[in-house]
Amino acid sequence: MSIEIKTATLEPVRNTFAHIERRFGDKPATRYQEATYDVQSEKYFHYRPLWQPEMELNDPRRTALVMEDWYAFKDPRQFYYGAYVQQRAKMQEVAESNYAFFEKRDLKRLLSDDLQKQVIRYLIPLRHFEHTANLNNMYSSSQGYGTAITQAFLYDGMDRLGIAQYLSRIGLILDGNTGDALGEAKAYWMSEEIWQGVRALCEETTVTKDWFELFIAQDVVMDALMYDLVYNQYDAWLADNGGQDIGMLTEFMQLWNKDNTRWADAVLKTAAAESADNKALLEGWVTSWKAKAVAALKPLAEEMLDAEAMDKAVAALDKRLTKAGLFK
Amino acid sequence: MAAKKLNIKDKYRLLTRDLDWEYSYADRKEAFPYEDFEGIKITDWSKWEDPFRLTMDAYWKYQAEKEKKLYAIFDAFAQNNAHLNVSDPRYINAIKIFLTGVSPLEYQAYQGFAHTGRQFGGVGARVACQMQSLDELRHVQTQIHAMSHFNKFFDGFQEYSHMHDRVWYLSVPKSFFNDARTAGPFEFMIAIGFSFEYVLTNLLFVPFMSGAAHNGDMATVTFGFSAQSDEARHMTLGLEVIKFLLEQHEDNVEIVQKWIDKWFWRGSRLLTIVAMMMDYMLPNKVMSWKEAWEVYFEEAGGALFKDLARYGIRMPKYSDIIEKEKEHISHQAWWTFYTHGHAAGFHTWIPTDEELDWLSEKYPETFDKYYRPRWELAKEMEAKGERFYTKGLPQLCTTCQIPMLFTEMDDPTQTSYRDTVYNGDRYHFCSDGCKDIFEDEPEKFVQSWLPVHQIFQGNCGGPDVGDILSDFYHMNVGVDNMDMKGSPDELRWKQWKGVA
Repeated sequence: MSIEIKTATLEPVRNTFAHIERRFGDKPATRYQEATYDVQSEKYFHYRPLWQPEMELNDPRRTALVMEDWYAFKDPRQFYYGAYVQQRAKMQEVAESNYAFFEKRDLKRLLSDDLQKQVIRYLIPLRHFEHTANLNNMYSSSQGYGTAITQAFLYDGMDRLGIAQYLSRIGLILDGNTGDALGEAKAYWMSEEIWQGVRALCEETTVTKDWFELFIAQDVVMDALMYDLVYNQYDAWLADNGGQDIGMLTEFMQLWNKDNTRWADAVLKTAAAESADNKALLEGWVTSWKAKAVAALKPLAEEMLDAEAMDKAVAALDKRLTKAGLFK
Repeated sequence: MAAKKLNIKDKYRLLTRDLDWEYSYADRKEAFPYEDFEGIKITDWSKWEDPFRLTMDAYWKYQAEKEKKLYAIFDAFAQNNAHLNVSDPRYINAIKIFLTGVSPLEYQAYQGFAHTGRQFGGVGARVACQMQSLDELRHVQTQIHAMSHFNKFFDGFQEYSHMHDRVWYLSVPKSFFNDARTAGPFEFMIAIGFSFEYVLTNLLFVPFMSGAAHNGDMATVTFGFSAQSDEARHMTLGLEVIKFLLEQHEDNVEIVQKWIDKWFWRGSRLLTIVAMMMDYMLPNKVMSWKEAWEVYFEEAGGALFKDLARYGIRMPKYSDIIEKEKEHISHQAWWTFYTHGHAAGFHTWIPTDEELDWLSEKYPETFDKYYRPRWELAKEMEAKGERFYTKGLPQLCTTCQIPMLFTEMDDPTQTSYRDTVYNGDRYHFCSDGCKDIFEDEPEKFVQSWLPVHQIFQGNCGGPDVGDILSDFYHMNVGVDNMDMKGSPDELRWKQWKGVA
């Protein structure tokens, strides 16, 4: 038997806001739609920025990419703020219990000294890479156009801060909260040969002006290569060499990468499908940043893994690029 | 060996502050190019005291809990048609102003803090701005979701985004935030982080949210409660910013003082619409605008400026004028909207007799003398079937963009009016405060997109005002606006409530 609670039904006057109705028709809208589409101011700005007088305050000309509708960049995850934080809260809950378990069982003692040194040399310096990704995604969020893509950049940027903080915590677990491991890792980042190409590349991205080019450099090329090298290939190596418990501390990054890749690939695909000009532009950016990133990452990849590692990472990236409609 | 215990400050430093590094390969000035042009001197970013030490994992956790509760209330609100619980359908017009006038500012705050959250050279300041940026995005989106249900049952919410970019009175809040965002990053922080978030937000946020609480609007008040802990963080950031700038270099004091003068004046002008909302639009009153101003500005702000005096900072310029204005501005503003009720995006009305008495009681010095007679006249005209709407378009102040509705404070029968000539053109202002701001940055303010000027220049369609209202503003004239009496909003309400 089913029971039905009687409620008063009132006929609504309209289903959603007018700009949502113009896009999707006169029907109830999702929370993602109402929180996203046409929320950003488009016209009749009062003053030019003192810091960039050649542009309007919100201006699609801050990238060479051209879109008929900037809201074509729908997020396949449909993240608005509420959906975003709730999804990340679930991930952090798992991470928290992983970190707690690792510390409670003192799993560090199962890692050889040599392995601990490796982690400090290869993994912990990535907190600076993540810090760069934080800056770059904040840049694209503030310079970009249309809420659909700029809010996703903001989430990405904050995620990267979170990941930098998780990496720092791994360092603190290894050094017993003295901060020594973080200091050592920073010294590698600042002067060790294997990191200098990466650091120079990171610094270069922060002086890159075109926000969509920056998305290609950071969120597509550099992330694809670095995450494959570290959280896929190096993770597998660790698992085979007595460091499998580290995987508990980097699970967040793996899950996050999967989630973020889904979004980045959708953006790439949409941008490439828009026009032949866009496609050519994207291919140019990808080619140039890929060459730089491969050169920068190679010394790290060879020492951390082996001579083939870089090629494997590139192959994974190329597969994604083809799937997004580039280079074909 | 047991791991050393870390205190919060050290832990936060290790997790966050230490992430940045000295550049060797690229020019760091090029990566953070906007720090110098305003003349602010930062000698050492490491002296920045983190106003709150929240790591991202904790942020996700706390905020997700808040969101879960908030959206549960929104769902229940919609399911139970809780819009029927508001005190009086006139109340809804207050939140129409909120969605069209305030929520888009939250969006601009997101953008502005994202900009400073990228551009500041100090990692501590950057991260604090980034979190505020994310919070501000939260606020605009939760506000849209809170109002989404009202939009389904009342007129005037549906074109909030389109209207915010175009409508005459909405250019007041829009230009305020455009001004802050087009400024350099430090001025933005003094404008929004300090002046607005730390001092004036109590006069924007609290009146609207308390108004919601007093008038049975569960959705809006729940949003308000949920945002309170975010706002508390924002206030600590605002205070840290000003202390940091003042402590970094003595040359900063004069620049900061100039910004305080500018932004408190602009802020007090912006709050005129809140004053009007509190005194005229809330069927169940919270307190009068004058009382709110005394509590939140004169007492709280006064104590703050006493505290800042040791840095050489004084009360904002024209505080004496502002103090007198609390007796007048709400009345002057509502009268303007009442007489331009066909061009507003919401309904207007004559206060009830009880409300007129309440205003007389709250404003013993001014209401009966200057403003009550107007309403008595409006009542007479309405009774004769001659509800008054002006045919003219108002002249706007070039700086604050408010129609010339303010009077001289020493003679409330005389419109306050100033002008100046710049590059051969004459510009008009509502006050000395607005004129000063223009004269300090004329090249910025000559760019103001003044809605009435734009109409007369033919940039907003036409030929008639009616065409502009419907085609350019997307207002449904006579449905979304004009008098509350006889409006579709009122008729529907009566049907729902079963009263004739």
